[in-house]
Amino acid sequence: MADDPRPFARTEHWALSDEVSMRDESFGALAYHHGTRRLVFVKSPLLVDVVRRLGDYDNVDDALGALVQPADRERYALALAALADSEILRGC
Amino acid sequence: MGADSSLRSRFEHGLDAPICLTWELTYACNMSCSHCLSASGRRDPRELTTAEARTFIDEVAAMRVFYINVGGGEPMIRRDFFELVGYAVDRGVGVKFSTNGTRIDAGAAKRLASMDYLDVQVSLDGADASTNDRLRGAGSYAAARRAMEHLADADFGEFKISVVVTRENVTQLDDFAAIAAHYGAQLRLTRLRPSGRGVDSWADLHPTREQNRSLYHWLIDHPRVLTGDSFFHLSPLGQPLDGLNLCGAGRVVCLVDPVGDVYACPFVIHERFRAGSIRDGGFGAVWRSSELFGSLREPGSAGACSACGSYDACRGGCMAAKFFTGLELDDPDPECVYGLGEAALAAHPVSIRPRSAPDHSRARVRSLSVPESLR
Ligand code: SF4
Ligand code: SF4
Repeated sequence: MADDPRPFARTEHWALSDEVSMRDESFGALAYHHGTRRLVFVKSPLLVDVVRRLGDYDNVDDALGALVQPADRERYALALAALADSEILRGC
Repeated sequence: MGADSSLRSRFEHGLDAPICLTWELTYACNMSCSHCLSASGRRDPRELTTAEARTFIDEVAAMRVFYINVGGGEPMIRRDFFELVGYAVDRGVGVKFSTNGTRIDAGAAKRLASMDYLDVQVSLDGADASTNDRLRGAGSYAAARRAMEHLADADFGEFKISVVVTRENVTQLDDFAAIAAHYGAQLRLTRLRPSGRGVDSWADLHPTREQNRSLYHWLIDHPRVLTGDSFFHLSPLGQPLDGLNLCGAGRVVCLVDPVGDVYACPFVIHERFRAGSIRDGGFGAVWRSSELFGSLREPGSAGACSACGSYDACRGGCMAAKFFTGLELDDPDPECVYGLGEAALAAHPVSIRPRSAPDHSRARVRSLSVPESLR
């Protein structure tokens, strides 16, 4: 299974882990990590969008800058950090 | 899995696809456990063919169901067992399957260990042979331990030991944990429900109120032990147990049985909770538009529980436990921690208790409860 997850850093490239399946639901999405067998709730449709497109940007701050309103960026950064913790996101 | 209350209300309205989909592969079983939730024994001649099973897996994969719980009967009895498991895993659908272990020899263990996205749960209902075999039959303890040895020898990794908690084994929780630790396995405890053959054995086997209280505290002290969210009826005893703390039947949970019938949950194999068949237009159609599931997704009435300050913690408990003990669905759970279920049961005549149907028990097992003079 996975090595120790690398610490989340907004200046680095992060993306949805290829071990994760994500399914849209009315509240956002359910994400399931096939390695850790953990089910995680992604609690807003915009966050789902950010998670899906995160890998297209050089680093997390670039993604937040492009996809999220300035006032919401800190909140979204925290949400992404939590998803990185549960290995839904992968640093690479 | 933790969830805040706004998420919980979403779950009450149902999801686009189940989180917890159980698929009983066959009603055939080489054992005759007295509490079998699906009253298994004989193979049903109408069992899904391999081709039908593959079509079902294709649909489940397209619906992005993350994993399926495979059970039975004894799923490894189906000759296409490995083929179907491989087919699911190759399509990104993880498989967690439950087995009595009798078919896990060295070769099968190696084969299982070589597959990704596969979890194995070996059933064990006593920490020693006499406790276990009283429920599961002579030799079943040795067979389960042998399967565990093979899985460990094959480096399967963290398999699961699955225990249905009963009046007899509830005092052995530490011993089960030690057995799991011995194999590097994970312990999983689930609730005994009066389903299948459990209709007859539940009254004698379910934990007493005292025992449920110690079970609750043991679970709080052992957060790594898996429970499949099955003990939420005990959450009113203190801090809520980990999980959604609601009955997910037809909302996040459902069962597909060996002949393709869809039920609201694995513990309610009964016409009243049959939502349809995957043979009529597929699984997705049943999940999305069955009338039964629609009604289960409506906000339920708290009924006799409405005066209870703990209703938010337990939502009146388990629908299956109520139904098969003859209670109304808005009565308190028969194991209500305040004893209100026992009171409700006492007010109901035993004769109106429904039976699990279909029943695939072998005749010898079914006749156990028939008086000698009637045979
Ligand atoms: S009265 Fe109902 S809600 Fe209250 S603890 Fe008992 S079963 Fe749960
Ligand atoms: S009926 Fe009981 S076993 Fe089935 S989903 Fe509801 S609480 Fe769980």
